[in-house]
Amino acid sequence: MNVLLDHLPEFRDGFVGTLLLTLASAAFALVLGVLLAAFRVSPVPPLRWFGTVWVTLFRNTPLTLLFLVMWFVVPQIFDVGMSPWVKGLMALGLYTSSFVCEAVRSGINTVPFGQAEAARSLGMTFGQTLRMIVLPQATRTVIPPLSSIMIALTKNSAIAGAFSVTELFGVQKLLSDQGFAIAWIFLWVALAYLVITFAISGLFRLLESRLEVAR
Amino acid sequence: MTEVSVTKDEVPPTGEPLVVLDGVNKHFGALHVLQDINLTIGQGEVVVVIGPSGSGKSTLCRAINRLETIDSGSIALDGKPLPQEGKELARLRADVGMVFQSFNLFAHKTVLENVTLGQIKVRKKDKKAADQYARKLLDRVGVGNQADKYPAQLSGGQQQRVAIARALAMDPKVMLFDEPTSALDPEMINEVLEVMQQLARDGMTMVVVTHEMGFARSAANRVVFMSDGQIVEEQSPEQFFTNPRSDRARDFLSKILHH
Ligand SMILES: Nc1ncnc2c1ncn2[C@@H]1O[C@H](COP(=O)(O)OP(=O)(O)OP(=O)(O)O)[C@@H](O)[C@H]1O
Ligand SMILES: [Mg+2]
Repeated sequence: MNVLLDHLPEFRDGFVGTLLLTLASAAFALVLGVLLAAFRVSPVPPLRWFGTVWVTLFRNTPLTLLFLVMWFVVPQIFDVGMSPWVKGLMALGLYTSSFVCEAVRSGINTVPFGQAEAARSLGMTFGQTLRMIVLPQATRTVIPPLSSIMIALTKNSAIAGAFSVTELFGVQKLLSDQGFAIAWIFLWVALAYLVITFAISGLFRLLESRLEVAR
Repeated sequence: MTEVSVTKDEVPPTGEPLVVLDGVNKHFGALHVLQDINLTIGQGEVVVVIGPSGSGKSTLCRAINRLETIDSGSIALDGKPLPQEGKELARLRADVGMVFQSFNLFAHKTVLENVTLGQIKVRKKDKKAADQYARKLLDRVGVGNQADKYPAQLSGGQQQRVAIARALAMDPKVMLFDEPTSALDPEMINEVLEVMQQLARDGMTMVVVTHEMGFARSAANRVVFMSDGQIVEEQSPEQFFTNPRSDRARDFLSKILHH
């Protein structure tokens, strides 16, 4: 109990760190994932190919390996001096984008193909068809898997703590190294994660019911 | 490939040529679905395409607005060859209306929005003008009072009439109908055919894939009979139904007449 009260600033920093890292990489992964899904259903073969390779690569690589690459390989190639936080964001975002892409793509596949054809036959471009006809109808099926993906992302962000990004899991390490009772630290850290993941699933459930009403 | 002598041009196309297919070939893998298709559709003409399942009728329609690419030959609309993918092609598609067997209305949009979307996004009309025109067209096809409903709330016949209005809203030069009544319950077929008949009377250029002989007889200038990817016969409806020249047409007609 005392661990929390005595080290509130550390816990708070860790909580905010996890929250920000999760939100930022979620936004990055969403934008990238939707774009990749668009690639994967586009009429242009090189784009489809690119999307497939991307998903295969990032979905099948262990996240820790991506972190290692981000930390030790990427700086050797592009020495742009990314901060640990940005590197963590990149690793999490790239990894998660492949899952988002597949969720969005399977959502797209639930929209009857004939509607996209009808849109094209009206002279709408591929982009217009995707934005106005396909994606709005795919959203409803995409929301539940997306919720799981975002919860997984929250927990995956703990890996960043091991790479010296200030976040919840790192706080646990810091405090247990200082000799505090590990059970209490774990409990508080776990609760903090729970707060974030509950908020995410609540948010997505809200979205889901909103969309149902809109029909 | 078996040789067939094509019986054609009993009725030459009336009016200026609007759609011209010249030596069009198309394969799906090893399957030669369109075999050296030559067809000219004149301004204001109504051409009914008829033939057994799998003969390539849908593919022909879809090739005309380039939903399907062709391997060789050329298709021209109003004197201009079909462009490749891109903005040009989108513009061409807007000039070719298409009505599908399965309606394909946008399920998340109201009937009115279905008919205004293309006008606003493709023809760049303002919303008010688009609404006005859409309501006029919906009235014309007899579903004006359904404007604010969603497609799923309409009967099949009503949905297909909305789909016709949606295509008409682009002011197309030609309308393609791919078995527009095949997915409908029998009692709804006529309401759709009547709308099409009215369109034909108003001078719309139409290509209609259908087995509705009543429609072909009363509205078509020409019947094109396809079999195994080839145009086997082109005749006036009267000639075709009473006195088909080819064995394949006779065979086909005897099947659809006696069941
Ligand atoms: N996308 C495709 N890929 C492969 N084969 C196809 C494809 N579309 C159609 N085919 C084949 O091409 C042939 C012609 O098809 P098409 O749909 O044009 O025939 P149809 O005359 O419209 O038949 P129906 O009366 O059944 O609608 C058929 O054998 C069909 O199986
Ligand atoms: Mg067909």
